[in-house]
Amino acid sequence: MNLQFTTAENAFRDEVRTFLAEALPSDIQNKVRLGQRLSAEEHVRWQNRLNERGWLAPGWPVEHGGTGWSPVEKYIFEEECAAAHAPTIVPFGVNMVAPVIIRFGSEDQKRFYLPRILNNTDWWCQGYSEPGAGSDLASLKTRAERDGDYYIVNGQKTWTTLGQHANQMFCLVRTDSQAKKQAGISFLLIDMNTPGITVRPIITLDGAHEVNEVFLDDVRVPVKNRVGDEGEGWTCAKFLLTHERTGIAGLGHAKQALRHLKDVARRQPHRGRALIESWSFREQIARAELELMALEVTNLRVLAAARDGGAPGAESSLLKIRGSELRQRLSDLTRRALGPQALPFFADFLAGNDDSLDEEQAFAAAASTQYFNRRKLSIYGGANEIQKNIVAKTILGM
Amino acid sequence: MDFSLSDEQRMLDETVSRLVADRCNPEQRRALINERSTSPSPLWRTFAELGLLAMPFSEAVGGLGGDGIDMMLIMQSLGRGLVPEAYLDGLVIPGMLLARLGDDAQRDRWLIPLLEGQHQLALAWHEASSRYEINTPTTCATRSDNRWKLQGRKQVVLNAPNAAALLVTARLDDDVLGLFLVPSESEGLRRRDYATLDDQYASDIDIDFTLPASALLASGENLRTALDEALAMGRAALCAEAVGAMERACEQTLDYLKERQQFGTPLSRQQALQHRMVDMYLHLEQARSMAILAATSLTLPDEQRDYRVAAAKAYIGEAAQFVAEQAIQLHGGMGMTEECSVAHYAKRLILIDHALGDRDYHLDTVIARLDTAA
Repeated sequence: MNLQFTTAENAFRDEVRTFLAEALPSDIQNKVRLGQRLSAEEHVRWQNRLNERGWLAPGWPVEHGGTGWSPVEKYIFEEECAAAHAPTIVPFGVNMVAPVIIRFGSEDQKRFYLPRILNNTDWWCQGYSEPGAGSDLASLKTRAERDGDYYIVNGQKTWTTLGQHANQMFCLVRTDSQAKKQAGISFLLIDMNTPGITVRPIITLDGAHEVNEVFLDDVRVPVKNRVGDEGEGWTCAKFLLTHERTGIAGLGHAKQALRHLKDVARRQPHRGRALIESWSFREQIARAELELMALEVTNLRVLAAARDGGAPGAESSLLKIRGSELRQRLSDLTRRALGPQALPFFADFLAGNDDSLDEEQAFAAAASTQYFNRRKLSIYGGANEIQKNIVAKTILGM
Repeated sequence: MDFSLSDEQRMLDETVSRLVADRCNPEQRRALINERSTSPSPLWRTFAELGLLAMPFSEAVGGLGGDGIDMMLIMQSLGRGLVPEAYLDGLVIPGMLLARLGDDAQRDRWLIPLLEGQHQLALAWHEASSRYEINTPTTCATRSDNRWKLQGRKQVVLNAPNAAALLVTARLDDDVLGLFLVPSESEGLRRRDYATLDDQYASDIDIDFTLPASALLASGENLRTALDEALAMGRAALCAEAVGAMERACEQTLDYLKERQQFGTPLSRQQALQHRMVDMYLHLEQARSMAILAATSLTLPDEQRDYRVAAAKAYIGEAAQFVAEQAIQLHGGMGMTEECSVAHYAKRLILIDHALGDRDYHLDTVIARLDTAA
């Protein structure tokens, strides 16, 4: 038993740090540090830098442009990116649809889509949830009817993250209304410029435009854009949901958030001292630190198992539950640490259009919106209640 | 021991509840926020007609002599409707200070119109480094030739954009705390106005001006006592407002669980979610008890009052957070959206804790006095 990283892994960490110091544009880094929202251009600019270095797709097989990193190296990479205030990679293309195409797609689909994902020609979004199908995804109603070489797609998708930037959508549709729930579902790749597609913004409680509704009205999709066999979409969906789940705990983000929290608590006054010297608040930070330490080792245990060939199964539910709870608690403590300074809503500053705030105001501006934004962590990707059902069923046999 | 309301209190409760139900549904509330201006809204004028603006003040200054329970009933209803009017920050807190500390001329000029609904006021105490501590401002006031020169910067002054005058805290020459009455049009007063995330209105204010000697309302011990009293009232009022908002958040969540179908059955049939809903309800009822405790403690000796009010504020801050977070969680993605009513209740329930000392601040008070408090 040994929790140390190997010499090679430490050397890899240094290599990542050096790269980040050189390649991460300082304007983007600063926006991420202050919690400001990134434009599509900024996301793409950063992802192009990663692609130039060959590091955009750590999860792909090497022959398609992957890095060949071990799960531990991927973990180190994610941790260093979060510590450096690098943007999170927009996952829908590179981490979600690409592995499905690589596993189930035709040669034509691989040849066409994969390079466009790597060089950021395409921006993908996810057509999974529907108004009546959230946690119960398999009850989705969007239907695709065959018309020669096309499917005619009708329905509505929702919670489509960053769909306003997307020109491609991977979409679960019902191709057989007679088959039972999961069996009649197919996986389609849809060009967002096809007539009949309308994207409407959903503004979230933090004032952000991050998610959308997508309406599909007689949208003609070539049959060759189906991935896998007709009716096999659920297999693709399940594969996607279990692929690359080792990063699901968000540990890199949690570590960065804990550093930030301590920084805030050191700066904030409290009854003539620094807030971090208040015993009751300090205890709450300490408890978050304990949770983080435990979660890191649990995460490493799952990573080590994955490195040695075990596929992470229900353990990823455990990581998601505890990881989301921890990140929510850290954003909660950060908001509380800022006191009345957490009240203002500087919408223009958060959108990157206002440089009139002083340093302390800018430092505090994103705390409340981030607290509310982080509530999504326990809702999306299978709500934590669903994750607990999975643990009960799969691990505990209840 | 009697938890029943008097006939007058029941009437007050019914009047305000009906008013809020009729005049502040989510669409009307959105309109009130969008149409916010420095002149009083039609709703505020109705408050005045119904006597709600005079309620918290003693008969000696033209008020109706309402007590902590009256205030609790009003604030609970305002909380239920998330009413975007600065009843507490624009009326009660600055008004109490002015009623107690102003001379006749100042009361005539600023308090009477306040009670009649013609203008509002604001208390400007918060600074970048003050957090929740009101007694140690860095804004300073120096006296020369019978005039006061004030210099400093206030932040997140709630309701300042709507205030005809500000009550400004400052440190006097001899390190004593002072409170000044400053008309908002004073030269040398520069404001940056903005909304808070829970749709309140606030300002950052640069202060650099000279005032006549009479602008100093009070200082030292006299002021400290008046501030402690006004803040205790304010904290008890926030507790009641939170309880009202928690009620609505719980009702809306319960309705949603009964209506939303997943896996072929209403969410309300899932036992795990039933228990979560029960926990929300328990937090609500315990919070209601604490709001009653705070409201009935306002006439106790200062130390006892402040201990109980701190306990209530700490308790309710935590309970409100539980209810807010679970309301969002049980609504799923819907609870994350601007168009969903419960999201606005959640925002208020979280950010109400950032006013007049949060759960951590007040828990520290309880911790410090734990073995000496009666």
